[in-house]
Amino acid sequence: MTKEEIIKPENLVYKKPTLMNDNAMHYCPGCSHGVVHKLIAEVIEEMGMEDKTVGISPVGCAVFAYNYLDIDWQEAAHGRAPAVATAIKRLWPDRLVFTYQGDGDLACIGTAETIHALNRGENITIIFINNAIYGMTGGQMAPTTLVGMKSSTCPYGRDVKIHGYPLKMTEIAAQLEGTAYVTRQSVQSVPAIRKAKKAIRKAFENSMNGKGSNLVEIVSTCSSGWKMTPEKANKWMEEHMFPFYPLGDLKDKE
Amino acid sequence: MAEEVVLMKGNEAIAQAAIRCGADGYFGYPITPQSEVLETLAELKPWETTGMVVLQAESEVAAINMVYGGAGSGKMVMTSSSSPGVSLKQEGISYIAGAELPCLIVNVMRGGPGLGTIQPSQADYFQTVKGGGHGDYKLIALAPASVQEMTDFVALGFELAFKYRNPAIILADGVIGQMMEKVVLPAQKARRTEAEILEQCPWATTGKAKGRKPNIITSLELKPEAMEINNLRFQAKYRKIEENEVRFEEINCEDAEYLIIAFGSMARIGQKAMELAREQGIKVGILRPITLWPFPTKAIASYADKVKGMLVTELNAGQMIEDVRLAVNGKIKVEHFGRLGGIVPDPDEIVTALKETIIK
Ligand SMILES: Cc1ncc(C[n+]2csc(CCOP(=O)(O)OP(=O)(O)O)c2C)c(N)n1
Ligand code: SF4
Repeated sequence: MTKEEIIKPENLVYKKPTLMNDNAMHYCPGCSHGVVHKLIAEVIEEMGMEDKTVGISPVGCAVFAYNYLDIDWQEAAHGRAPAVATAIKRLWPDRLVFTYQGDGDLACIGTAETIHALNRGENITIIFINNAIYGMTGGQMAPTTLVGMKSSTCPYGRDVKIHGYPLKMTEIAAQLEGTAYVTRQSVQSVPAIRKAKKAIRKAFENSMNGKGSNLVEIVSTCSSGWKMTPEKANKWMEEHMFPFYPLGDLKDKE
Repeated sequence: MAEEVVLMKGNEAIAQAAIRCGADGYFGYPITPQSEVLETLAELKPWETTGMVVLQAESEVAAINMVYGGAGSGKMVMTSSSSPGVSLKQEGISYIAGAELPCLIVNVMRGGPGLGTIQPSQADYFQTVKGGGHGDYKLIALAPASVQEMTDFVALGFELAFKYRNPAIILADGVIGQMMEKVVLPAQKARRTEAEILEQCPWATTGKAKGRKPNIITSLELKPEAMEINNLRFQAKYRKIEENEVRFEEINCEDAEYLIIAFGSMARIGQKAMELAREQGIKVGILRPITLWPFPTKAIASYADKVKGMLVTELNAGQMIEDVRLAVNGKIKVEHFGRLGGIVPDPDEIVTALKETIIK
């Protein structure tokens, strides 16, 4: 069979979600951000919420998320996305409101906003990309950086005596009365991507059904920040990140 | 609710006015001397009557970012605080100005710096009119001198904020927040419907309706050329506000040989000082800037040829005086009288200062 014979509408099994536009993404090759963007686009589309969704983009590599998904977006100050989302959801209760945040954004400067929005039970979803490093600003240490892991501000590896311990925000979130669904996923393989998508869908549905707040952590790679090839980064993540940040649902208030 | 005449505190009036002008949301955090704003709203439960959202945030930082979110989604939203709290809000205020969103901020000032005192002050003048947060931006700053103005400036603040898509601030001081006066509360206005918001705020993030492009609220622009264009647009808007929105009050200025320039509670005390001085045969008038930005530069400049001197009285070490001096451009003597740390002066202290620094 020739290529022309294969590329026909009836043979199409996989397509780009219509909410994703044709802008070339600025993310590095192998970065998890792009995959998660696509999952969010698919879920919004499948839920038929295209005209009712407001996303809050962070400070960090995903600051330009609004360039890729054709929905309404507000770009928030570093860490403040949950506060921004709180107000929008309260003022427009029938809208689907979600934040998209990195670990520096959510677990460092924005810890207070994150914990309090989740604890108030705001009917929003927080998508938390945990790549254990500050990607955008050039690979500095994050609250989630593993013990022994090197970064530009802990070049000899994270030393608990100097830098303290990595922060498990998702475990904290699961303890909060206001959270409905707290889960930790990843997107390095097809099965993982499928599970992550299901988790995002459940979180978004909870947000619309008034069940409380939802946190979907995606343990991710940052090949640039980690100074590894995308392939090696995925392997490193599986070997080092997953033992400390185990995947799965931490809380599901059915 | 119909129009009503009541006796109440300035802070309570802010809360009443917010509900009655049809505000959609209030987000705040307690701090003396303005906590009655949130307390009054909590007591009045507007979510049961008008549907207004009232939320005690976890911090001033969160409160102002809630305002940013609400304003970006086209709603009429506000916050209130006092000096240390407003310092925390500066990041958010800069973002709101940078994203060109309408909102109302209330600062009932107390003495600083630092934790300072809970007594009245006007020491946040610079912070309010010269920036406060990062970047070149301006806030439309209204300075009430009575509980009635605390009421009226809520609707006016929102009106100007929406007209120019720019944050507006009511810069009051602890005296105006805490004192009780007779006030006419306006009749209840209906909150805008969803359809009205969509029509009036086509830029708002309300969910991308079919057929329109996504709305994106951001202050980010990495290309310096494009960022310069944004800034030039802001500056053009600010010039327009300066042309159209200057507000001030003049009392006994026609025959005045000396002017007292004061805002807020100091203008009230200045008025008594003016009366005392006139009883002693000193022809004093008072000019009260109502908008601190845009500043009544032209009006003040026009008196530089008519009076012998100006005394700027403030509850600070000398802040607005810089704008008065710029306005008169060295033509006449401009001196300062201020009390610090939360002390409110007597009118005769002002008369003495006038004699000693200007008339002598
Ligand atoms: C108030 C403030 N402080 C610091 C910064 C600089 N800054 C930009 S992105 C970032 C870290 C983002 O890291 P993360 O949230 O982990 O996202 P990633 O880039 O890894 O996706 C920092 C510190 C900022 N923009 N604002
Ligand atoms: S720096 Fe890291 S997080 Fe940022 S785009 Fe590159 S790989 Fe992704």
